[in-house]
Order: sequence, then C-alpha cells, then structure tokens
Amino acid sequence: MLRLLTLVIALAWLPFAVSAQELQTLLQSHRDVIIKPSRKTVGPTLDALVASGLPTVRGFLEAWQEKNVYLHAEDDLFYTGSEDDSGDLTLLDVDTGAEAATGVGRKDAQQIKPNGGVRREIGSALVAFQLSDPDIARRTQALDALARALDASQLAPLIASIDSETDARLKTRKQKLANYLQARFGESPAIRVAAINNLADDLSVDGRAVLSQILAVKMLVAQELPDGTNVASVLAPGEGDLERDTAYQMLVDDHGLPALVLASDIRRALETHVEGGISGGVPVAKLDNQAERIRAYDTLVAAGKVPARVSEAAIDAAFADWGFYNVYLESDPTITEAAETAQASVKTRVSLSQTADIGLDAISLASIYFLAAIGLAVTFGVMGVINMAHGEFIMMGAYTGYIVQQIVPDYTLSLIIALPLAFAVTFGAGVAMERLVIRWLYNRPLETLLATFGISIALQQLAKNIFGTQARPLTSPGWLDGAWIINDVIQISYIRIAIFVLALTFLCLLLLILKRTRLGLEVRAVTQNPRMAASMGINPEKIKMLTFGLGSGIAGIAGVAIGLYAKVTSEMGADYIVQSFMTVVVGGVGNVWGTLAGASMIGGFQKGVEWLNPSNTLAAQTYMILFIILFIQFRPKGIVALKGRAAGD
Amino acid sequence: MTRLTKLMATTAASMLVAGAAAAADCPVKVGVLHSLSGTMAISETTLKDTMLMLIEQQNKAGGVLGCQIEPVVVDPASDWPLFAEKARELLTVHEVDVIFGNWTSVSRKSVLPVIEELNGLLFYPVQYEGEESSKNVFYTGAAPNQQAIPAVDYFLEELGIERFALLGTDYVYPRTTNNILEQYLKDKGIAAEDIFVNYTPFGHSDWATIVSDVVGLGEGGKQVGVISTVNGDANIGFYKELAAAGVSADDLPVVAFSVGEEELSGLDTSNLVGHLAAWNYFQSAETEANAEFIDAWKEFAGAERVTNDPMEAHYIGFNMWVAATEAAGSTDVDAVRTSMYGQEFPNLTGGTAVMLPNHHLAKPVLIGEIQADGQFDIISKTTEVPGDAWTDFLPESAVLTSDWKDLGCGMYNTETKTCVQLTSNY
Amino acid sequence: MQRSFLAQNPSVLWFLAALGIFTIGVTLLAEGTGSAFISTSFVKTLGKVLCLCLIAIAMDVVWGYCGILSLGHFAFFGIGGYSVGMWLMYARTEAIVETSMAPSVIPPTAAEVQDAIAAQIFGVVGASEFPMIWMFSHSLVLQLLMVVLIPGLLALIFGWLAFRSRVTGVYLSILTQAMTLALSLYLLQNDSGLRGNNGLSGLQNIPGFDNVPQSTISMVFFWASALALGAGYVLFARVLSGKMGSVIRAVRDDEVRVRFLGYHVESYKLFVFTLTAIVAGIAGALYYPQAGIINPTEVAPIASIYLAVWVAIGGRGRLYGSVIGAAFVSLLASWFTGGGAPNINLGVYEILWTEWWLVLLGASFVAVTLFFPGGIGSLFDRLKGDAK
Repeated sequence: MLRLLTLVIALAWLPFAVSAQELQTLLQSHRDVIIKPSRKTVGPTLDALVASGLPTVRGFLEAWQEKNVYLHAEDDLFYTGSEDDSGDLTLLDVDTGAEAATGVGRKDAQQIKPNGGVRREIGSALVAFQLSDPDIARRTQALDALARALDASQLAPLIASIDSETDARLKTRKQKLANYLQARFGESPAIRVAAINNLADDLSVDGRAVLSQILAVKMLVAQELPDGTNVASVLAPGEGDLERDTAYQMLVDDHGLPALVLASDIRRALETHVEGGISGGVPVAKLDNQAERIRAYDTLVAAGKVPARVSEAAIDAAFADWGFYNVYLESDPTITEAAETAQASVKTRVSLSQTADIGLDAISLASIYFLAAIGLAVTFGVMGVINMAHGEFIMMGAYTGYIVQQIVPDYTLSLIIALPLAFAVTFGAGVAMERLVIRWLYNRPLETLLATFGISIALQQLAKNIFGTQARPLTSPGWLDGAWIINDVIQISYIRIAIFVLALTFLCLLLLILKRTRLGLEVRAVTQNPRMAASMGINPEKIKMLTFGLGSGIAGIAGVAIGLYAKVTSEMGADYIVQSFMTVVVGGVGNVWGTLAGASMIGGFQKGVEWLNPSNTLAAQTYMILFIILFIQFRPKGIVALKGRAAGD
Repeated sequence: MTRLTKLMATTAASMLVAGAAAAADCPVKVGVLHSLSGTMAISETTLKDTMLMLIEQQNKAGGVLGCQIEPVVVDPASDWPLFAEKARELLTVHEVDVIFGNWTSVSRKSVLPVIEELNGLLFYPVQYEGEESSKNVFYTGAAPNQQAIPAVDYFLEELGIERFALLGTDYVYPRTTNNILEQYLKDKGIAAEDIFVNYTPFGHSDWATIVSDVVGLGEGGKQVGVISTVNGDANIGFYKELAAAGVSADDLPVVAFSVGEEELSGLDTSNLVGHLAAWNYFQSAETEANAEFIDAWKEFAGAERVTNDPMEAHYIGFNMWVAATEAAGSTDVDAVRTSMYGQEFPNLTGGTAVMLPNHHLAKPVLIGEIQADGQFDIISKTTEVPGDAWTDFLPESAVLTSDWKDLGCGMYNTETKTCVQLTSNY
Repeated sequence: MQRSFLAQNPSVLWFLAALGIFTIGVTLLAEGTGSAFISTSFVKTLGKVLCLCLIAIAMDVVWGYCGILSLGHFAFFGIGGYSVGMWLMYARTEAIVETSMAPSVIPPTAAEVQDAIAAQIFGVVGASEFPMIWMFSHSLVLQLLMVVLIPGLLALIFGWLAFRSRVTGVYLSILTQAMTLALSLYLLQNDSGLRGNNGLSGLQNIPGFDNVPQSTISMVFFWASALALGAGYVLFARVLSGKMGSVIRAVRDDEVRVRFLGYHVESYKLFVFTLTAIVAGIAGALYYPQAGIINPTEVAPIASIYLAVWVAIGGRGRLYGSVIGAAFVSLLASWFTGGGAPNINLGVYEILWTEWWLVLLGASFVAVTLFFPGGIGSLFDRLKGDAK
C-alpha cells in the first residue's frame, strides 16, 4: 500500500527529480541488500527505491531483475551492463545511462544475481510502472507478476489501466485479474460476492486459487464457540482426517490436559525407577512384556512417583467437553457461502474436464504404443517373424534424427529430412537382416527370437560404442513447442498431437498398402500360403524381404517421433519391445486394426489405473501387465481374432 | 597325484608371498569400480575417466609414497550382484589399496558387506540418502542435509513455496530423501495435504498426466514448488513435458537433486531457464582451480565434455586419499583411515572440504538456475555444511550418530549410549 | 531298474563323474579348503555358475525336450532367492538387534524387538513396519518351504491357465515374458514390501556363522550347488527316460498328434513346467546367498532370454549341453567384463573388450543359431560319430 502511494507521488514529481548521482547514492545506501538480496529483506529497499521517485529507478529495477546489474571492482559503484560478443562487459551509468566503461573483463565486475524469489518481488514492485507501458511484452510481464502475488494495493492501478488497454486479449486478462482482486479485496461484501459469482465458471488454476484463498480455514479447539466465528465444519476425533491421538495431543499442547503415557514413556519411567533389580514391584527380568510393564507402572503411579495413565474414558470425556472446528479466516458468512457455491460449481466442471484430459492422455499414450508397435504388426503380425531387434530399429531411427540435426541446424528442415532418412536407414537394416539371418530361420520361429535377440544386444552395444552412453538431444521444431489448450484443465502438447497424427497416418498408409496395392495383395498371398503364391508367379523371397523392410522402416520413423517427445539413448528401444509385442498379441496377430485396438486398450487401461492411484505409476504398469496376461488366457487370439484358416497356429 | 598337489601348493604359496611383498611397495593399486556397460554406464563411465585422469596427473606429479599408481578398472556392468563379486576380486585378487566407485545406492549396499569383511576402503562419490556410515567407506558426495535440506530451505525462505510436489523415481534414494523431506516440511508447518508425492519407474517417459496434476496443485491458492529426485534419463521426458505445458520457473519452480550438467546435455534447455538444481559443485563455478580442472578434463576426455558434482567428489576424495596415504606413510587401510580424519582439501568451488569423523565431508551447498546453454547459474552458496550420516528429521535416526574417530562406531545411539552395530546396515 | 536307467543313459554317469572331479579339484585348489590357488571370489563365481547350470538344465527340459520356450524361468529362480533371502535378512538383523538391546536396563518386549528389526531392515527404504509378506520370515523351515511352494504354485496356476487356453509357441513365450515383467515391476515397487529396487542384500552373511570366514562359507555353498546340480541332473534324466520322456519329446515334435493319440498333453506340459519351476526356485535359493544380493533387475525379462541363449549355445535337447552352455557363456562374460581379456590394438582403433564384448556375444548368438543349431553339445555327438 505504501509502495503505491509513494509511487503516485513519485510519478507526479517525475519531471523535476533528476540529479546526476542520486540513484547511485541511494543504491549505495542499500548496498548490502542489493548485492545479496533475499525475498524477506528486499522489501524495504524496493520501497525506498520506488519512494525516491527517480525516473531511473524503473530502468534499474528491470536491469536488476534480468541480472544485468554489475558492481565494478574499480570504483565499487553499481552499473547496468551488457555482455558483448567477446564476453566482455559494457557498463552504463545508472543515473545518466551514459556509457561508463567498455571492454570490462568478467572478473573485474561482480554480477548481481537476484534469486527467483527476489526477482518476483522486483516484478511486483515494477507492476505499477509497467501496467500501462507502451510495450506489450512489458504489460504482459506486469500482469504475470501481478497474478503471481495478488495484492490489495494493485487493485486501483489495475482498474485504472483497463480502459486505456489497446490489446483485446490483455484487456480481458486485466478484467479477469481485477475480478480476482475484487473477490478478495473488494470494498464491500456486495462487490465481493458479485466478483465471486463471476468465478463460478472459471476453470483456471488462478481462479480456483482465489476461491481457495477466500475459503481458507484454520482449526479451532474450544469449549464454547466465540461469537461471530464463521464455522466451516465440525470435526469429530477418530473420524475423517482427525485422528484421536492427534486431537488429544492438541488438547494437551494448548489446553493443559494431562499428557498421554506412551509405551516408550512407561519404559523410560520403569528404567529410571529400578531399585535393586526391581522396578514398580516387578523384577526387571519379568518386564519383557507390555502387560507386566503396565502393572509395574501402575504400582509406580500408586506410589505417586509417575503421572497416571490417561484412560480411554478420560479421552472420551475430554472430547465431549471440547469441540474441534474448522473455521474460515473470512468472518463474513455471505462471502464464504458465495465462494462455496462457486467452488462447488467449479469443481464439477473441473472433474469433468479432468476426465476428458485423462482421456486425451490415454489416446496419446495409445498412439505412442501404437507407433512403437505398428512396425511389429507388419513383421510379427503379418509375417509371423519374432524380431527382438525391433526396438533397436526404433533406436536407429532416433539416432538418425539426431545425426541429421547435427548436420542440418534448422529443426523443421532436419525433421523433414530425418523422417524419410530414418525410414531408409532402418529399411536397409531390416532388409539386410532378413537376407542374412531371418530367411534361414523361417521354419524355426523360436530360433528367430534368439538370433534377433543377439542382434538386438549387439546393436545396442554398438550404439553405445558409437554415440556414448549419454542421452542425445533430439529437439522438436519451434512450432511443435507448447501445448494445445482447450481450457485451463484440458491440454495436450503439440508433440503428442503430432505423434497421434503420425500414428493415424501410418495406420491409413499401411491399410492402404496391404489392402489396395499389388504389394499388399502379394504380401497377404505369401503369408497365407507361400507355395501357392509362388506358383502364381509371386516371388515370395522378394515379398518377404520387402515386407520386413517396410516394418523395420516404420520402426525407424517411430524412433524419430519417440525421440522427439522422450529421449534418445541406446536403450530406448528396449523400453518398448516387450510392450510392443504385447500390444500386437493383445490386439490380435495378423491385423493392423488389432494392433490399434491393442494399443488403445493398453493405453486406456494404464491411464485408468494411474487415475485411480495417481501417486504410483509403477503399480499402474504392473496391473496393466497382469491384466494382459489374464486377457490372453481368456482370449488367446487377441481382440481382433482372424477367422478361418488364416488364423493358423 | 600327491606330487601334483604339492607342486601346485608350493607354486601358489610362492605366488602368495610374491603378492604380499608387492603390496608393500610399488606400484600402488587403485581399484575403479564403475559400470562401463548397462544402464548406469551413462553416468559412471565419466567417473571412470575422471579417476584415470586424476591418477595420470598424480603419476606425473610423482605418484604416492614414491610409487606410481596403477589403476585397476573393472566393469560391474550395472549388475548389482556383480558389484560385490568385482569388489571381492579387486580386494583379494588384484589386492588394490583403495577402491573408488559405485553410483547407485543398491550397488553400494551390495559392496558394503564385502568391503567390511575384507577391511577394504571405498570412496563413494555420489549424493545419497544417508542413514549409513560404514567404517570402510568415505562418502564424498552429499548427505541429505548437504543437498536436499538446504534446497528445501531455499524453497521455503527465498521462493516462499507453501505447497510441495515431491516427484521421484521409485528407488531408495528418492524414497528416503522424500521421507526425510516430508518430515522436515511438517516440522516447518506445512500441512500433510500440501505435500504431493509421486513415484515413477526408471526411464519413465509418459509425464503428461503427472505434470498436469502438479500444475493443478496451484488451485489451493498456495505457491507450488516441485522437488525432483527423478533419476537419469527419465528427466529428459519430464523436462520436455514441463516445457510443453508452458510451466515457467517463476510460476512453478522445480529443484532437482539428480540433474547435472551431464543430464542437461541430453536436451534443449531454452525452455527450462530458471529451474533449479542443488549440488555441491557446478561447472560454472568461477575459481582458478575449477578452470584448471575443466581444462584438464576437456583435454583428457574431449572438448564437448562437461564436468559435474560426482567428479568433484572424486577429485576431492582422491586428493585426500593421496594426502592421507602420504601422512600415514603406508597404504594400510586402518592407517590411511585414521589419517583421513581432519584432512582438508580445497573445493573446486572455493572454500575447503574437511573429512569428518563420520566419514562425510563438510562442503558448501550451491543452488543453480538452469541457463539456456545447459549450464547452471549459481545463485546461492552456503558456507560449508558438515555432512550428517543419520538425519535429525526422522525419529528413528535422530538419536543415532556416527563417530569413527572417538566413539569408534558408525551407528551410535546417543540415548542409550550404546553402539547399535559395527557393521553397517545393508 | 536303477542299473537299466543308468545303462540307458551313460551320459548321466559321465556327467556325475565330471562334476565329481571338478568339485574335488576346486576343493583342493580353493582358498578355504585347499591350496588357495583359487580365490574365494572365484569359488563364489564357480558356485553361482553351478546354480546357473541347474536352472539351464531345467530350461533345457522345458524348452529343448518339451518345446515350451519359457521366457519366465528366471522369475522362479528369483522367487527362490527372495524366499531364502527374507530369512537370511531377518535372522541376521535379529542377531544384531538382540546384541544391541542386550545391555538395556529392562529386557525388551517381543514387539520392541520386532519394531527394531523392521526399522533396521526397512529403514533403508523409508519404512519401519513388517509387511504381511514377511510373516514367515522368522522361520528358516517355512521360508525354505516357500522356495519350493511359491514357484511351484505360480507355475501350476500360470501353466494351467495358459495350457488350458491352448496358448502355444511364440505366444506362450511372450506370455511368460509378461509374467516376469509383471513380477519384476511388482518387486520394484517399494510398497510391495520387499525393499523395492534395493532388494535384499548382505545375503552372504549366514546368521549363526558370523565367525566362519567367507572362504569356508563359499565352499559349503559350492558343494551344495554341486550336489543340487548332480541331483537335478539325475532327476531330469529319470523324468526324460522311459515312456514319460517319450511323450514329452513327442509333445515337442507334434503336440496335436500326441493329443489325438489320447494323451492329455496339458497334464504333461503342466508337469514339466511346474517341476522345472521348482528346480529353478531351488537353484535361485542356492545362488543368491553366494551372490550376496537379490533385487528386481535379477528377474527382468532379459535374464530369462539370456537363459534361453545359454541353452541354445550349449545345445538343446541334451542335458549336458545346457550345462556346458551356461557355464561357458557365464564364465566368458565374467572373463571379458573383468578386464581379463587383452584389448586388441588395431592402430587406428583400440578394441576394448568391456565395450565390445556384448557385440561379440550378440554376434555369436546369431552365428550359433544360423550355423550351429546343435550348439556346443553337438560337438560331442560328432566326436561320437567320428569314433564310430
């Protein structure tokens, strides 16, 4: 409040208060705080700076907030500064803004680094300056700072700045913030209730926070409620969150009731009263069970040596005598009632939105599983080849993306290059593997598993030898940063949407290839009956090779996508391999739709469990796998089971 | 048959004698027990390289006790039982004088019984959960009171955080640390409902739901902060999701205990500027010694490599061991151990690290903000904090203390004035 | 009968003889009992290898003879280890707690002792109470019973469900893999009460034998492992000989035909699956006191795949083949990762075996499956063939 008043005066004085050294002098008088500020100590300094009314204060505060203030070792004065290309500093005088020194080495000037808490305080002090700043970025900054720490003193300047606001979006935001401030600090109950009612459809975290703050409670223990207390709820010890022991301990601490005698107290008392091998009339050797100890203790009580134990009945009596209440900090019941109503309405909407949000997350997770598994749906599902190195193809794709990014610095362009290149690389690797290893093992599926597992660990180790064990960065282009915000609860990052789109594209593409092209026809023919297909003039060798290449190539593209949203390490493939196989098996082998169904079911189930038990993600994964095991027992052919001869065995 | 066994017996005996003679003089053998393959290789190979560099430097400077130092590198392959096997091998077959190694708590717990049985000496360089003090281990990394507690204090005091999300990977370090922190926060008056705890598996990548849960904590109208003990490359997905959700450090600061320069090199940090990490060392510390160390490291390992906190721990640990060995005049474990107490060595970040009788170091605690270039901007540095083996914030361990110098016990109950056990609890 | 069994299976005698010579040789050379030519750490390695050989035989029976590629047998192995580990931890901690409480003025109550043990065991993972799962941990007999019972029951239920639904081939492999994954994820959770990622440690310290040096303990376990391996070998050789063995082999070769011949295929499979699971549990119970620590990564799916690889390299369908495979690969791994193999300097590039060993291993799997499907064991057949 004081800050605001001084500011108004200061602004009025603005044109007159210019003097060569004033700010520097002022800063020097607050030297210690400025060099090593803390959230708790910086307040008076900020007040003093603002109160000085110097026009240079604002610039200084902004520089201070951005860590651009330096203490020059030569003259021990404060300067605002900036770093040039060579890493040297150019220092500007805080009062005149004139260049005071250039080419100052980093060692000759101490950079003043306010921490996050102090920067927030500076931001709050700057709010009044910046609310009507011509620069929209500054105004946004001011509103951010204001929203972070709502303060009654900001209400007036904020309202004053609304009319002059030119940007429509910022104007709504200002009105919203003004409403928050009104709800908490409005002059009359009527104004506040009106503002609170406006919050009933506000899903934002800030809006919900305002309601929670109005509805903040504290606990009150009393024999009789004082007049005018605004009671939120009456608590019964032993029920709900208030445990009997805690409740009684409060009575002991605050109202001097006799303390509970715990097992450890009894033990200590008996230990201190041992006389000649006997304590409380019981030989020490016999005190190895609780019943004897209590008997001995009661003897000590009778002798008046220790305080008596508090009986359950006494505790009950105390609870009958004392009431435990949650009491609103806000004393006006009309306001808390309005806030309760508003909060109830918000809560319903929030939980609806949260359900939708979980749904989105589940879809996103499903699409990631699907993307990881879709290559397998081709190689395993359609061809029946167990490829344990599938995960390593995903990894190869991701590393391809990484290498491309090292060569092509533009993220968008590199992504455009990386996707087909990853396909090409893993397609090649897949074809090579099929030619060299798998084709010799078509009639020995279990041995394919072993051979490809060997390839898998060899590839993983090779990747480690080449790229090192550190995770490598694969950065998504700027237009994939951020999230699509539907409302304040439902949002999903663009990268996940991109993965979803990619998964969808592949689904369509693959269906198209398998169902509508010559290749697809031949693939289906070869998988159903290779001999018959061969006699129809199809080259089964070539078809198998191409199909395997296709599946592997898709894994490569999946690798780029997964690397973009998570990480690129040599072990990333191994994280997905078991899950991917299960996705395919649960969905039903031999069918792309089945893989989609499998991924959806697994993703949905996992998110469902997570939602029920949000603090333990690991449990969700465990239950998911147990569920899969059971599911396969009862539906061994998967969700979408092939019928007829093609189902085979 | 008898002649054969006799022959073999004499050969073996002569070999043993030769072995015993060799241990007394040159070369001095230093075991390096860091995983070079498997999941932990990501962090531990760096430490192996650090040790090789330090040994090379020391050899150039004349070695120790007039002997050259010979590193014996083995690969426990991130396989915890293998750690025990390799430790035994180092101590009995290679007969090393000291071991520098381990990263994860579980690998340390695996090695402990072996080291204690054979009276070996281990320098453990990583920040850990405490609640342990072995006679045969020197803990050069941070105990919870040298990293977690100061960071939480910073949250409470400097950032005014009133509601906490404790996110961790589901293993012992986060579990114990979060337990200590939960109790500490409750002691500081934070209500139980204002502490949100979540555990995720190793390498977790699906962070969307958790991040939105944490953002939703703000609805209570209290300033929310995240304390992250998320380990390893799971951090990459976590930070990417944070950045995507548009969570700025001003609204929802995250302080991490397992994220250093090495982990940040795996992602683009431009969206993470302002988030925090607490360590005893940052590469960005501006001191002469640090500049030299970084130059030497880049020359040894490559220009793109970064330095990190466990490396400094090895740097201090190794130099202290050299000094203690020189002081003791022998590599005998008990002699070196005794002369370790009170050893001082300058930190790379300034100030001096001191080895305490509880086998922990007194080190300053630094808090850094992530910058766009993947480095940390140090914004807070405490004076040296003595490492506490047994935390004061859990009732079971508050009564325990460790003092190998005077009490000769690593788990001493100050209430009953007895030594609970001489071995450590593994 | 006994004679005819051995006469039918001369390899059993050969194997037992080889195992006996090996055991005596190690005993004579070991640190604890002989000339100290073999270090204790290597005795432990050898003992562990014997346990791995035992589970490899079990794997060979279930896969090589019965045709079920189980990728879940390491789960049973792990359960055996956990069962015995719980008692080891409990008893060791109990001794420590009783010593530390002995000097107190008042004798502790049973509850106080329990609490102190729990605080010691679970303090590491931030808990202080005994979970339900530890209710029998005070009793060695009950825990040893669990070594056999839990893997047996789990295999019985799992096998019954899977075989009943006619889940076969690759699907069954994936299903068993899912089972190990579920188990390892369950164990990884701290809330499951088995100390999460840390697992059970310090298992090499046998309660009540604190003053016996590890060199002796390692020998005792070595002998026990050798004995178990020998017994296991004989047991499986018995099972596989005679009519029962023929049916089991027939199930591998053509399950449908065996079913049409009137045999209840599922029962045979279930019997083999359960029996091998129990043997795997016993192998685990012997292995982990030698390894010193057990934790969830031990039962991760990859361990079971390695098991299959050992058997494949050693030679499927030959009991001695699987023993050779397990011993050969695990000892080789120990040699390479221990820095025992000399690095090869190619001038421009130095091949460090710690880095390249897995590449070599992977490549050799491929080579074996492609060119050498009979594995190392088939060399013996060739020798025999040449001799004839």
